[in-house]
Amino acid sequence: MVVDQLRRSLSDDETDRLFQALADATRRDIVARVTEGEYSVSGLAALYTMSFAAVQKHVAVLERASLVTKEKRGREQIVQGNYEGLQKARHLLDQLEMIWRQRADRIADILAEDDERDLP
Amino acid sequence: MTVVSVNKDVEALSFSIVSEFDADVKRVWQVWEDPRQLERWWGPPTWPATFETHEFTVGGKAAYYMTGPDGTKARGWWKFTAINSPDHLEFDDGFADEQGEPVDDLGITHATVKLEPLENRTRMTITSTFDSEEQMQKMVEMGMDEGMREAVGQIDAMLANA
Repeated sequence: MVVDQLRRSLSDDETDRLFQALADATRRDIVARVTEGEYSVSGLAALYTMSFAAVQKHVAVLERASLVTKEKRGREQIVQGNYEGLQKARHLLDQLEMIWRQRADRIADILAEDDERDLP
Repeated sequence: MTVVSVNKDVEALSFSIVSEFDADVKRVWQVWEDPRQLERWWGPPTWPATFETHEFTVGGKAAYYMTGPDGTKARGWWKFTAINSPDHLEFDDGFADEQGEPVDDLGITHATVKLEPLENRTRMTITSTFDSEEQMQKMVEMGMDEGMREAVGQIDAMLANA
């Protein structure tokens, strides 16, 4: 069953790391940006009013949570979104969407009964 | 179409869904206010919900369980944090153990329901914000129909083999 697979694929430690990583607005912003395209750490640092070292720390937290990957390219460190790490959260939201679509359909069914009752 | 839009924010762990119904705001409000109507739609047909408690006042609690095909019961609780009849409702939603006691370590989902009148119709917007991914997993597990679980499992298996 898919939910069991997901649970197995994500240990409690991993879940904690993921949750902590996403609890910070700057880190969420970094994730959003590197999901769209790759950035160097210095490129990211230029976007925020914090030091290069502070941005580097945020990237390290995201890397440990498997939300981004970092690789050395020449003198630059390139940060990219980790597709698989993000997929887990996305996947859960997709399932939640299906649950709520079905709930909305059931509400519509209940409301439709009123009309049937009103008929002569 | 009942559902008109869905917004999923992976980074913020939040979810919102907008639906429209052929009924007025007061009528749609009843599907939340009346526990007998609420339990007809909250759980899927294979995991029907039973609300044992439903204190529909600010600070009031609701206690419910969902019964699976093999008789397994999954329990949850709500705490109503805002009620402005008939168009605005907010509640905290959490998991409970077999005795109905809240299980705190899984976190709490914050849900907001807004109803707006359209011409002869009602637009309902639900926003859910989650504390953690684990909590979303559990929520999905409880809300999902058996048939849908199997279908999703098959799709996953296909993708994994592709």
